[in-house]
Amino acid sequence: MSWFIETCTSSLGKKYIMAVTGLLLGGFLLVHAAGNSSIFWGRNAFISYAVHLHSLGVLVNIFEVMLLAVFLVHVSTGLVLFLENRNTRPSRYQVERSAGGRTWGSRTMPYTGLVILAFLLLHLANFHFTDHDLPIADIVTPILSNPFYTLLYGIGMAALALHTSHGFWSLFQSLGINHPRYDRAIRFLAWLGCALIIGVFTCILLLMLLAGGSLQP
Amino acid sequence: MAGKKITITVKIWRQVGPETEGRFEEHRLEEIDPDMSFLEMLDVLNEKLTLAGRQPVAFDHDCREGICGMCGAVVDGIAHGPEEETTLCQLHMRHFRDGETICIEPFRARGFPLVRDLVVDRSAFDRIIQAGGYVSVNTGSARDGNTIPVAQNVAEQAMDAAACIGCGACVAACPNGAAMLFVSGKISQFALLPQGRPERGRRALAMVRAMDAEGFGNCGNERECEKVCPKGLSIRNIARLNREYLRAALMGDE
Repeated sequence: MSWFIETCTSSLGKKYIMAVTGLLLGGFLLVHAAGNSSIFWGRNAFISYAVHLHSLGVLVNIFEVMLLAVFLVHVSTGLVLFLENRNTRPSRYQVERSAGGRTWGSRTMPYTGLVILAFLLLHLANFHFTDHDLPIADIVTPILSNPFYTLLYGIGMAALALHTSHGFWSLFQSLGINHPRYDRAIRFLAWLGCALIIGVFTCILLLMLLAGGSLQP
Repeated sequence: MAGKKITITVKIWRQVGPETEGRFEEHRLEEIDPDMSFLEMLDVLNEKLTLAGRQPVAFDHDCREGICGMCGAVVDGIAHGPEEETTLCQLHMRHFRDGETICIEPFRARGFPLVRDLVVDRSAFDRIIQAGGYVSVNTGSARDGNTIPVAQNVAEQAMDAAACIGCGACVAACPNGAAMLFVSGKISQFALLPQGRPERGRRALAMVRAMDAEGFGNCGNERECEKVCPKGLSIRNIARLNREYLRAALMGDE
């Protein structure tokens, strides 16, 4: 086991952990966005999707626990990296300038990560740890038709967009997948995945805001 | 034909030793020939300081032709200055404007403790190289050059990685003070060639262990390193380092 611990605690091991958990979380986001897009087909379609999903019973709970574990590993490893990297330059540069490598996404990774964490706590409080006597559409509609929540969720989406704009490409590089033959393809797919997820969620936010509390059946 | 002489102001980092407080010092330099290299400009500054009875600015340099890796400083926030794929000694004053103020700082990283002024201790790199150990090369009389076939494109990639001169600009530019580009170059140049294959797993594990022990940071794939590398090493090498280490950790016999 010592090799396993040494690998996981090494600088490269932490990159692998971030990459693999990031990939899994990205996969979850895609599925989550795909499922939620049923709301575009109306209230009944959305409720039907939720009912079907929850008819999986204990599988949903198992999946939730696994997702929580992956998420906690991603957040805790990310925090360790953030704290470690803060101490690697004892004195700051007088002139701080980028030579052109960094992007908005890459330079804000830890901060957007924390914003996403805060957003998720709000999101779970809104829709998960709540009274589930009503159908899900009737829980979601009053909250998301409130412009204040549109703003909060919009901030969450902006953070997610920045985070994934770097993360989706970066995770492949961390796993050693970078080759001139397909680097452009990976960059394009990473961008597409980011755009797709953010696009769907933003459209849902706008739909709920414009629908003003009453979804078409 | 020499160009028009320029006047510049240098704002340069002065620090007597590792334990003392550092500060910036400003000097106005007149009649700077645009064909001078950056280090020659520092020579002019040091002559001026010496004649005034003051301590000259300490800075590392050796070959002054861009191949030894000794020189390096952060100029206006960019390691080795504004020109791409150029060491500080190969940077010329024609890239600066008349009347410009130039900020010169040492490479700052925990892995590179400061010695004096612009001189930093980069012996951490030597220790990482030492940790890498040996490669299996048969000794004895000279062998035929083509005994071990190496494909042209592989030889080129190995050569590109071996172009690293160990100057440390990648560490200086990395927002996390990581040494990944340097280590990945050294790992790649051997892992790509048959002569370096037998020890590749052991080497990857040992060099990463040494790199972490020297206090360098973790890679965030920010790509600042490849932008300042005077030899144009690509982060494709870092991807190879990631593969080599993963392979050694999962499937190695060490």
